[in-house]
Amino acid sequence: MLKISTAPHLHSSADTDTLMRGVIIAMLPAALVAVLFFGIGALKVILTSVAACVLWEYLIVRYLLRQPSTVHNGSAVITGMLLAFNLPPTIPAWMILIGAFMAIGVAKMAFGGLGKNLFNPALVGRVFLFISFPVQMTTWMKPSIRDFLNTDVQSGATTLGILKHIDASSSATSLTGGAESLPDYGQMFVGYTGGSLGEVSALALLLGLAYMLYKKIITWHIPFYYIGTVFLMTGIMWLITGDIRYEPLTHLLSGGLMLGAIFMATDYVTSPMSVNGKIVFAVGCGILTFVIRLYSAYPEGVSFAILIMNAFVPLIDKFYYPRVFGTGRK
Amino acid sequence: MDNVIFSNVIVLSAIALAAAIILYMVSKKFNVIENPRIDEIEKTLPGANCGACGKAGCRNFAESCVKADEKSFQNLYCPVGGTAVMQKIAAVLGYSAQEKEPTVAVLKCNGTCQNAPAKIAFDGVISCRLADKISVGQSGCPNGCLRFGDCVKVCKFDALHIDPQTGIPVVDENKCTSCGACVNICPRRLFVIRPKGKNGERVYVACSNTQKGAIARKNCKTACIGCMKCVKICPEVVVENNLSRIPKSVSASRYGAELAQNCPTGAIIYKPAHKNEASDDK
Amino acid sequence: MTNKKTFSIGGIHPDKYKITSDCPITDAGLPETVYIPVKQHIGSPAKILVKKGDKVKVGTLLADADGIVSSDVHSSVSGEVTKVEEVEGEFGYLESMITIKVEGDEFEPSIDRSDDIVKEIPFTHDEIIEKIRSAGVVGMGGAGYPTPVKTSVPDNKKIDCLILNGIECEPFLTADDRLMVEKAEQIVIGAKIINKILGIQNAVIAIDENKPLAIETLTQITKRYIGVNVQICKTKYPQGGERQLIKAVTGREVPSGRLPMDVGCIVQNVGTVFAIYEAVMKNKPLFERIVTVSGDECKNPQNFRVRIGTPASWLIEKCGGISDDTAQIIFGGPMMGTSAVNVNAPITKLTSGILLLSDRLSHKEPEQDCIRCGKCVDACPVGLRPFLIARYTKENMIAELRDINVLDCIECGSCAYICPARIPLLDYCKLGKMEVKKTKK
Repeated sequence: MLKISTAPHLHSSADTDTLMRGVIIAMLPAALVAVLFFGIGALKVILTSVAACVLWEYLIVRYLLRQPSTVHNGSAVITGMLLAFNLPPTIPAWMILIGAFMAIGVAKMAFGGLGKNLFNPALVGRVFLFISFPVQMTTWMKPSIRDFLNTDVQSGATTLGILKHIDASSSATSLTGGAESLPDYGQMFVGYTGGSLGEVSALALLLGLAYMLYKKIITWHIPFYYIGTVFLMTGIMWLITGDIRYEPLTHLLSGGLMLGAIFMATDYVTSPMSVNGKIVFAVGCGILTFVIRLYSAYPEGVSFAILIMNAFVPLIDKFYYPRVFGTGRK
Repeated sequence: MDNVIFSNVIVLSAIALAAAIILYMVSKKFNVIENPRIDEIEKTLPGANCGACGKAGCRNFAESCVKADEKSFQNLYCPVGGTAVMQKIAAVLGYSAQEKEPTVAVLKCNGTCQNAPAKIAFDGVISCRLADKISVGQSGCPNGCLRFGDCVKVCKFDALHIDPQTGIPVVDENKCTSCGACVNICPRRLFVIRPKGKNGERVYVACSNTQKGAIARKNCKTACIGCMKCVKICPEVVVENNLSRIPKSVSASRYGAELAQNCPTGAIIYKPAHKNEASDDK
Repeated sequence: MTNKKTFSIGGIHPDKYKITSDCPITDAGLPETVYIPVKQHIGSPAKILVKKGDKVKVGTLLADADGIVSSDVHSSVSGEVTKVEEVEGEFGYLESMITIKVEGDEFEPSIDRSDDIVKEIPFTHDEIIEKIRSAGVVGMGGAGYPTPVKTSVPDNKKIDCLILNGIECEPFLTADDRLMVEKAEQIVIGAKIINKILGIQNAVIAIDENKPLAIETLTQITKRYIGVNVQICKTKYPQGGERQLIKAVTGREVPSGRLPMDVGCIVQNVGTVFAIYEAVMKNKPLFERIVTVSGDECKNPQNFRVRIGTPASWLIEKCGGISDDTAQIIFGGPMMGTSAVNVNAPITKLTSGILLLSDRLSHKEPEQDCIRCGKCVDACPVGLRPFLIARYTKENMIAELRDINVLDCIECGSCAYICPARIPLLDYCKLGKMEVKKTKK
């Protein structure tokens, strides 16, 4: 019996599952670096987070919504990995469980599941934890390759944390140290600094970006314009003031900018659909990140910037869409 | 400190006052005077905005009612609400409404999976309207039901569902308001609005195939073959294009059972009156 | 010539599967019976002139054009008309066809059957139009618009650009590719004939860069013809779309709801141009065409010269028959073609290919939730938002559908091809267009 179907009769081989799998592969280098520098603790955090997200999604879909499981599409794994990337390596497991619940249960499933959530689930989980448990969420670890199995907290500081305090402590007696305690560019690029699991290594994140661009999972617009905006704005301020706090390369390589621009702002569901919209979204993220980093109480602003811009996505989608062929610009 | 509180109160109050004045002026300026009877009529309407009356929605229908004079009011009819609702509207306007017979949608096809077995398989087709364009349908009958349920999706009253056994839609006559949405959506125009009949007693031809009898029978056991037997029983029945049609005027109680029994293919369907409802009426 | 052009917005790169691009065109031969539909074009069906029992020759007029937008239909074989009634067509519906039992292979004497290439065009404008009309030439790219209508330009419109469409962007199909390789000179002369109709001196042959042999052959030949040039285009689907091609070659955009004529362009498929050459220079009516028989389940893919009316099943048999794993048989290309209900349906003037596809290639996965990836927006060559069209169609929001220009959709299928959630976006676009058109009336 022949089959009858509507055109087109061919389909691209990339379906939702393979795209999600591609993102997971792209995140592996950063995960590897995290385990290498922060030891077994990092591995525990990643595994706990992924397991927690998958578990919550399974439980909610099977027993609350009573629908066929959607775990296989891999989006919960991505959320889990991203959440772990945004956590410090020393965080206790029960907090991860709460964060995962906020991410999957509140930010994703409450909106109707994959494709319908307004805010990036991993970021919602991260920000919830950040506000609820500020101490545990900002207890950073000094990176060390040698002490792989050592899980003792050796309190370190993030690059941006150091930058933030330079202003208040020109005498260089503050807790975090002054400008001289900043890591050099090489360390920042490879990721040999304190910080959340996934954000430290620009190199590993760029590898992931290259993979995703090669596989055509994402387009280059959001990472380029996001990072570009931050670079440009800090660069201009640096040239005008000469203040080390504005130093653009440090801003580029430190904090969650790379992680946010490559993996979180590009999240399909919570970013605009059209190219123009993506550019507006990315530039907005960049400006907000700049403002929060330099003029607010927080040293880091990527999570907040992306979440705030997430809220604008429906509006951006309404106003930015491609021009229809053969019509005037609307 | 007191100074700050004081100035804040003053400033905010001033803003609030200014906003209130602007709001007042805007609402005055853009106030649209509407006939209050429109609201009153709209409340009596079913509120499904189905468009069966030919207007854009219930509000639009209510506006038309208010605008209409006594004569043109007779042309307005809400098929969903039926005579009861029209009489209420007429009372509001001071007119009178004519009684209309209740109607129901009827599927003029009995090409079930059993009667008209599938010859081809569809892969990923979502709609009858598309299936109609790309193929003759599972059974090979060019006038038969395609079984993808566009009518089910379009029905706003949950009166239609696909019977999983037979594959074709079934009309729930208690829910059907004969709004005509299914009539318009079906690419093969298989639905007709017919009088419900007294206590649901009615007789109709459940086939729309206009092909010659032999070809029609090849694809479907219950196809009308235009054999004229029904015409012999009741001369009012019409056979055109190899297809029999029973006009609304044919009395179901008088001819129904006989027509259905004598149809050689079973294309004529007779629905006898349901008894318990008859007793309810009394 | 060295710069490769393409259209600016959207487009996709499906796998090419051009497995038959090196297979020379072979003659398919004569089947026992042919079924010639009287409607192989856009417009009204032709009026049948023959009756049962009539003896016809190759090229005999079977049905006469009925009205301006219609086309003549000729016999493709010699033999006896056995039936003039409705026969099951490609979709399973009964269509009006003329059935001819093949006896011998006798041509109408007026047809020039020699292989000589005639280069001089001694005819006037009106003579050429009349020859094309009486040969029943229609646009063979798929639309089937009668060529005489397409080439008669109203006086108030000025044409300055003739584009020959040799893009063939559909996967699998190689009929135009082979035609350009083997009948290159005829195509160039055909272009000069259309030039004469339009009163212009130039023509551009647009070819996708994935057809190196055709590019080379035509570049060599066009050196001898002033005004005819080859334009290489970057491979991208749907570059063969008329509006996309005009944008790619000239940079002009045909305004929404208008015709290519309005921007001074005429696009003709190379197959049509070859048919024009044969009609004008050889007095040969359009009774055969090149058909690619291919597909991943086709045992012996080939390019055939096929008489119109040959049953598809007969061609498939010549290529090794239908294998057990064949899930769908497609008439036309895999992106815009239709799956056949009836394999015995005849080849028409518009059938560019017969494809046997396996379930692996053609199976449609069930629809999942949209993940808002925006790939459909990036892929749409018209700049539409297919995801939004799908949503509005599901909710039956007709006014909104019209506002987002759903009627401009060219139904290329790029959105449905690319969608990772396997949403049948093209189906929703088609339904949306249907509903918008319905309310317009």
